Amino acid sequence: MSTDGGEVVPGREEAGFDDATAPAGGFRKGAFGVSGSGDTSGFGGLVRVEPGGAVALHSTERPYGGWFDEVTDALIDAVGQATYDAAVQRVLVDRGEITYFVAREHLLTLAQALRDDEALRFELCSSVSGVDYLDSGGPAVAPHRPRLHVVLHLTSMTYRRRIRLEVAVTVEDPHVPSVTGIYPTADWHERETFDMFGIVFDGHPALTRILMPDDWDGHPQRKDYPLGGVPVEYHGATIPPPDTRRAYR
Amino acid sequence: MSTTYDPYAGSRETTEGRVYTVTGGDWDLTFADPHDQDRLVVNMGPQHPSTHGVLRLVLDLEGETVTKARVVIGYLHTGIEKNTEYRNWVQGTTFVTRMDYLSPLFNETGYCMAVEKLLGIEAPQRAQTIRVLVMELNRIASHLVALATFGMEMGALTGMTNGFREREMVLDLLEEITGLRMNHAYVRPGGLAQDLPEGAVDSIREFLRIFPNRVADFHRLLTGQPIWQNRLKDAGYLDVTGCVALGITGPVLRAAGLPWDLRKVEPYLGYETYDFEVPTADTSDAWGRYLVRMAEVNESLKIVAQALDRLEPGPVMVDDKKIAWPAQLSLGADGMGNSLDHVRHIMGQSMEALIHHFKLVTEGFRVPAGQVYVPIESPRGELGYHVVSDGSTRPWRVHVRDPSFVNLQATAAMSEGGMIADVIAAIASIDPVMGGVDR
Repeated sequence: MSTDGGEVVPGREEAGFDDATAPAGGFRKGAFGVSGSGDTSGFGGLVRVEPGGAVALHSTERPYGGWFDEVTDALIDAVGQATYDAAVQRVLVDRGEITYFVAREHLLTLAQALRDDEALRFELCSSVSGVDYLDSGGPAVAPHRPRLHVVLHLTSMTYRRRIRLEVAVTVEDPHVPSVTGIYPTADWHERETFDMFGIVFDGHPALTRILMPDDWDGHPQRKDYPLGGVPVEYHGATIPPPDTRRAYR
Repeated sequence: MSTTYDPYAGSRETTEGRVYTVTGGDWDLTFADPHDQDRLVVNMGPQHPSTHGVLRLVLDLEGETVTKARVVIGYLHTGIEKNTEYRNWVQGTTFVTRMDYLSPLFNETGYCMAVEKLLGIEAPQRAQTIRVLVMELNRIASHLVALATFGMEMGALTGMTNGFREREMVLDLLEEITGLRMNHAYVRPGGLAQDLPEGAVDSIREFLRIFPNRVADFHRLLTGQPIWQNRLKDAGYLDVTGCVALGITGPVLRAAGLPWDLRKVEPYLGYETYDFEVPTADTSDAWGRYLVRMAEVNESLKIVAQALDRLEPGPVMVDDKKIAWPAQLSLGADGMGNSLDHVRHIMGQSMEALIHHFKLVTEGFRVPAGQVYVPIESPRGELGYHVVSDGSTRPWRVHVRDPSFVNLQATAAMSEGGMIADVIAAIASIDPVMGGVDR
């Protein structure tokens, strides 16, 4: 069941999609970009499966193609099949990029192997950032769903390859181990992700705010952070801040 | 020596120890009483002319030796990443161009390439060539500012005036092409806002004729100068291992000897078909970074000349009318303006065209859900765009891996253990742009 208010959208299992057969991806609510009070058509209540969704819920079947299989095999060799199975929840190949969805307990094991193994050699951590999938039309909308994602982009300068690691956590327990011990460059990236999303990187040497003032409340890039725009008043009518206006989605 | 009474000079006790307020020329008054601490904490910035923008450094000093360097950023945070989430995909261009304000065309191109990758489309050949053309012009302008501020911060003020003067030549070209000196919003998802105006090619050729002499002038002014060499050599040392561990890319990495340039190692926009070199140095210091930037200006000139030669007539925007804005904007004396032909068409001739225009401009196009990471080689290193779409008309998330942000982390590694004067050389050689650091 779903309601149009955006509060409850079923998870994939609850909606009855079988992981093996469903096409791909997340969900989209509504049609024609209609939502909220402007919807008189009823189409806003539609829930559709979207191929290659914002939050992918499926795993790409092997072979992945190209060097993706080579890297995956090397990673399995480096950490062992049992650890790999426990660590990597899903693998998604989309638009020529490979994403490993990693359980946070095993992030450091994988990162260490990815950096040091001769067949992998991901020496450079290009970027660490966060994404908040709250109400993205996917199942992450429900409480206690891991809506906060930490995204690491690793680059192998030796083999000229790039992979993406993604770790998902809930708002109630936003802890992810820090990779600063493996990639010192992650220092500021993790501080920024903490600052903007409130994700706590355990083991970071000094996890403080970096862009916002030290005494700032809240984490601005979370999707439920109020924008706090000033309502514009004209002849007694007011226009609300951008996030609460009616808009095409 | 200051003999007048200064109400702002003085000292007070804090939990961190005694804090002196010094306004210049009155050190003997302030330190007349013997103080028992060897360690001096100096707060440099955020409004110090030689800190390269609103950057704040907290330096622990023992004598003139820096024992600890901490960098404080965030003074120019404008929330651009968050803002893009509340605008449509095309409007995103006008936001990201304002991040690293010295390389706006790189910001735009990286963003548009990410959107295009999400859409699964490719800009037409002419648009790609013009993107390369304007980006390399932009790289020259950016490096000229890097060299100019380098000169200013090292006390070679003529370097600054010359650098900004030559940069103005490039900005004039970019103004002629895009309508604006900076913050162009010229590159759009699917292509460009408009084609090269008439006469632009001739202006660029004229620039290519004049400019090599100006580069030679720069060499004559600075490169052989003993003071310049002494100030730069061995300052801000960071080797390849340090660079890779700290994620440093761009001229700093290449000056440490690793020829890592995304235009060569992960070519995009057809860079593999251009003939150019990746300049490197093996000194790992500010001097090497200076030489690498100077050499890169020459390589960019080569690429610009080749791009001009291979310009073929053709469209500069994809054919898909659901993505391409219908109007080719016209270039007026005061920047970009309406296309009068298009206005006549939608207002007087075709209701459908008006509806289409209205929907595309107000609602925008939808981008299939998913995420991509697109890195390009900006003047400062790897500029990466991590763009997430949930299938709607707005980006779900745009994260920018700005090279200045990452490279600035090297300040401590480059400065600690050195002299305080070399801190300035180290930061100038990183060439951070605070608009990109803080976004």
